[in-house]
Amino acid sequence: MSGGLRRALVALAVLAVLAAMPFALGEYRTTLLLPVFGYAIALLGINLLFGYGGLVSFGHAMFLAIGAYAAAVSGTVLRLASFEAALGLGVLAALAVAIPVGALCARYTKIFFGMLTLAFGMLFHSFLFRLYDITGGDQGLRVRRPTLLGFEFEDLDKTEFLIGPFYWYCLALAALLAWLMWRLVHSPFGLMLRAQRDNPRKAEYLGVEVARTRFIAFLVSAAYGAVGGAMLAVPTGLADPELAYWTHSGTLIFMTVLGGFAHFAGPLLGALTYVLLQDQLMTWTPYWRLVLGVVLALIVLGCPQGLMGLPALLRARFRPSATARPVPAE
Amino acid sequence: MGAFIEVTTAGLFHAAVLFLVAAGLQLVFGVQRILNLACGSFYALGAYCGVTAGSTALGLGVPPLLALPVLLLAGGAIAVLGPPVERVLRLVQDRDESLQLLLTFALVLMLQDAVRMVWGSSPRQVDGIYLAYGQVQALGARVPVWNLLVLLAALVVALGLGAFLKRTNFGRLLRATAENRRMAASLGVDTGRVYAVVFSLGVALGGMGGALVVPSSAATPEMAVELVVEAFAVVVIGGLGSMGGALAGAVIVGLLRAVALVVWPELELMAVYAVVVAVLLLRPAGLFGKPAA
Repeated sequence: MSGGLRRALVALAVLAVLAAMPFALGEYRTTLLLPVFGYAIALLGINLLFGYGGLVSFGHAMFLAIGAYAAAVSGTVLRLASFEAALGLGVLAALAVAIPVGALCARYTKIFFGMLTLAFGMLFHSFLFRLYDITGGDQGLRVRRPTLLGFEFEDLDKTEFLIGPFYWYCLALAALLAWLMWRLVHSPFGLMLRAQRDNPRKAEYLGVEVARTRFIAFLVSAAYGAVGGAMLAVPTGLADPELAYWTHSGTLIFMTVLGGFAHFAGPLLGALTYVLLQDQLMTWTPYWRLVLGVVLALIVLGCPQGLMGLPALLRARFRPSATARPVPAE
Repeated sequence: MGAFIEVTTAGLFHAAVLFLVAAGLQLVFGVQRILNLACGSFYALGAYCGVTAGSTALGLGVPPLLALPVLLLAGGAIAVLGPPVERVLRLVQDRDESLQLLLTFALVLMLQDAVRMVWGSSPRQVDGIYLAYGQVQALGARVPVWNLLVLLAALVVALGLGAFLKRTNFGRLLRATAENRRMAASLGVDTGRVYAVVFSLGVALGGMGGALVVPSSAATPEMAVELVVEAFAVVVIGGLGSMGGALAGAVIVGLLRAVALVVWPELELMAVYAVVVAVLLLRPAGLFGKPAA
């Protein structure tokens, strides 16, 4: 069986299992899976920058917040009930912010890029936090229940709506966006992005417009972040400024590394693992951040390829002939 | 005139604290090329140690006027965390910068909860020190003496640090290591020791900065992640890795915040970032930074 066909079958199997989850899991566990989809989409965007582009953004939570606030504004202020309108508004708003920010940040790499994105993210946070009249300040804005593709699902209560239509809607959207991202990273653009990551000067010689490539990747990841943010805001019913805080950006990078930034599916696995792990830790101890910090440190030190890289690492440990060379995302 | 002096000294007080933390950040970045996200966590740890040491000292009957050295010692004492943390960071020394950044983020998460475990979540403050120092009145302004002393302490630290880096033998080894680690090592410099000292010094500077604020404002678990943002603004404005830049950036950010707080409080942090963006557009390497390679 060819690699492509096998991958497609694995993806379909995973999709089928996820689609069946609302029947197999109870109410609580199904609602627990909802943020996984939102995060998975946002992380796909972040990994385009991080895994494929070599750029670590510590301000990406800003775009999730933009998506969430767009969902709130479109429902309460603009009176647009449709979730598609909220997503569209979120993406447009994210692009409107990402164009100036990205134009400025795309000139930098590495630590400078991280610091700059952090600065812009916190600028946005202070905007959300301080301009009480527009953004609701620390109270945030309420997100109303949207209609999906024009259907209102009036006969379902909130939980039924979330674990029913909304769940499958998110799954389908996540699958669609994952497929688009797969096409993007395997396009000539994806190749240029990886080329500038591995050797920007050589890529420039070969005709890659390095800054423009980074800029476009930034825009795409901003749009993915906004879609993810809007999806996160519907179950909680709230868009609040903490979504834009820099530690949330750090958490997003954490999830990506947890899953494995060198693999296309790493962010998806990372989102799932992180959400389940955090939920479990929070029931055990009030000091769950401490445990998460230890987990992050252990991953960075011992298994920088994340969970997706674990099999290769173990193979290398038990069969010295196989090498577990760190491989960047292909 | 009075209001002007009051706002300026309040801004400079904030600038003094920011300078201490940013100097630690710059030192560690300049030598080890690690951007320490946990600089704010050491600041918070210093603040809490200051709370404990300050209230213990007052409880034992130490006169409040001796609080300044007590707090400086308490904040500086967290330097003992420096060597073990540096030992762990050294494991990723030659790896990708993003992994180093993430490891310091892991530290942020751990220290934030560690502080909560030891000192609890509610704000903590040392009462009785700030008032004991009183105020001076001049030109229609009332300025707390404590603020002036902190300013003086930061100035002394800045000068001491400058002398240490420029005049002492260890300072020379340190600068050589910053310039070229491999070359320095091959000439016989114990770069491991240099790194341990530099990181501990960075931790101590952050801790002292934290300890100096507890007489006037409360220590909270959130102060760590809040300060990082300002410290970053300082080093971006001043230029990454430059001590003069840390000083200039701290003064700019401190004054700007104090003025914005009076003129238009909603825009307090935004004013800081407006300057950050302006500096990046006009002088991308910062005011005192060397252009990035």
